[in-house]
Amino acid sequence: MTAEAKAAYKPRNKIRETGVDRAFNAVNYSILAVFLVVILYPLIYVVSASLSDGAAVISGRVVLWPVDFSLVAYQKIFAYERVWTGYGNSLFYAVVGTLVNVTMTLIAAYPLSRRDLPGRNIILGLFLFTLFFSGGLIPTYLLVKDLGLRNTRWALIIPQALSIWNLLIAITFMRTSIPHELLEASQLDGCSDFQYFTRILLPLSTPLIAVLALFYAIGHWNQFFAALLYLTNKDLFPLQIILRDILISSQVDMNMMEDLQSMAAREAMRELLKYALIVVASVPVLIIYPFAQRYFVKGIMLGSVKG
Amino acid sequence: MATASSLTNTRTQTRPKSTYVSRTLARIKKNWQLYVLLALPVAWLLIFAYYPMYGAQIAFRDFLPGKPILQSEWVGLVNFQRFFESPMFARLMKNTIGLSIYSLVVGFPIPIILALMLNQLRTGLFKRSVQMVSYAPYFISTVVMVGLILQFLDLRRGPVNLFLQALGLPAVHFMGSAEMFPSIYVWTNVWQYTGFSTIIYLAALTTVDPALHEAAVVDGANRLQRMWHIDIPGILPVIVTLFILNMGQVLNVGFEKTFLMQNPLNLATAEVISTYVYKIGLAGGVANFSYAAAIGLFNSVIGLILLVSANWASQRLTQKSLF
Repeated sequence: MTAEAKAAYKPRNKIRETGVDRAFNAVNYSILAVFLVVILYPLIYVVSASLSDGAAVISGRVVLWPVDFSLVAYQKIFAYERVWTGYGNSLFYAVVGTLVNVTMTLIAAYPLSRRDLPGRNIILGLFLFTLFFSGGLIPTYLLVKDLGLRNTRWALIIPQALSIWNLLIAITFMRTSIPHELLEASQLDGCSDFQYFTRILLPLSTPLIAVLALFYAIGHWNQFFAALLYLTNKDLFPLQIILRDILISSQVDMNMMEDLQSMAAREAMRELLKYALIVVASVPVLIIYPFAQRYFVKGIMLGSVKG
Repeated sequence: MATASSLTNTRTQTRPKSTYVSRTLARIKKNWQLYVLLALPVAWLLIFAYYPMYGAQIAFRDFLPGKPILQSEWVGLVNFQRFFESPMFARLMKNTIGLSIYSLVVGFPIPIILALMLNQLRTGLFKRSVQMVSYAPYFISTVVMVGLILQFLDLRRGPVNLFLQALGLPAVHFMGSAEMFPSIYVWTNVWQYTGFSTIIYLAALTTVDPALHEAAVVDGANRLQRMWHIDIPGILPVIVTLFILNMGQVLNVGFEKTFLMQNPLNLATAEVISTYVYKIGLAGGVANFSYAAAIGLFNSVIGLILLVSANWASQRLTQKSLF
């Protein structure tokens, strides 16, 4: 609250702003406006292109808004099974993975946030060291392989069960946002550490849990590398692998094109499909974005308070 | 009897120490439930973060899959020597460090400048729109991001080249050029991450004391002077911290983005250490685990050294450091 109040408070100039300041403001606003357009334009273009006719897209007639409105690309994508398998798998990884992540983060963060825990600094040090040094890709891959996790869904969940950055956010939250007196009072009342954790700490940590869940869920949804490393079974592929095949390797299934006769029409459809697929893949993130944005900002601030 | 008496003897002799030990033991006993909670995360950490560090010793061995690590022949620094002597070494180092420095020089100051500029705006619709829109690209996955880049920069059908042609300019084969790869990589990162990176600086700026600004206004300082003499010193600790962390990442160019942007035409500048390790160790026909692990370990060690040196330098220069 105090931070927000401070931000809202700007010294009120009773005296008119000087010429330098007015020039500064004009330049400041102009640069930020240009920046806004540069960020926004590609996003609008993708959506417009996906809603246009393929011929209009590849001839450059789409500038800002859809030209010759058409939903044909979306119809084809909705009929394409691989995209749906990928969607389902990604949803599974995001939901189950996030549950595991949040649980692990909370049970690690609570003891480490207690200053009276003997050995706390050593254990925390063990966690922090891994931020700056790792055994590397190959030993990690061999470990996952030896544990028999390759080509199972767990390969995308267990090796990434905990993010140390998120653990730091959780520890900071528990130290700064939950009054220390609560612990002392509950201990006087004979409350055990388990009881304090489940009955007092967790209910007070809902903003933290929201932040963690969002960070982790977006991470899982956008995850590509682990799937590339550990999965060869097509039934387990998350959406990002399928997107890679279509968007980057340009492997478009010919069944999607069989009704199109000319080469030109096929080429136009291929481009159109890519734009529509980018939109379809980003929909889940776009839906939660307005709501998520606030929490992400909060999370970053939590991490920066005493990181 | 003798042991018992000697025990009591030592206890009386070193009383302060033993009470300290017994008090700690009592505290451990009292807090046993906390250790139960920690058990699973710590076990996970030891298995998935520390065991691979132990496994990294295959860099010093001639490791064949299926054989236990300790039974593989110890070959010392042969794998490292082979890497340093290979023609790829100079190229990988040049590409990796070049791309990182380019990213750092461009990508590090821009969010700071943007945050300072945003901080000058009154809270209102415009400020909120800039923030809302500029954070959005952060949420796009790397695969979709690279897909977007390929779409926009396509030689024949990409909007950028269609635009150039409309102006009567020749089309540019952006993705087919090794010289252009670093710029495309860095500036698209700026597009994707700048907005989100401002958050931490904006948070830091809210902690700058408004009284300083008031005093400066009374003294006739303009906005630019206040930014320079009040805002920047105010957020300097955050800047230093982030800079040190970034230094530790100099050799860790984003694997996913580089890998996905690679094609035979831009590989001369687009092959970096992490993508090379992946190709040598896991994607090639004959997997060479030990050699790839040696390159990876080299990468990790240099990263740690860079981080520690940046921290040390910062301690000397600004009295601010991470640890």
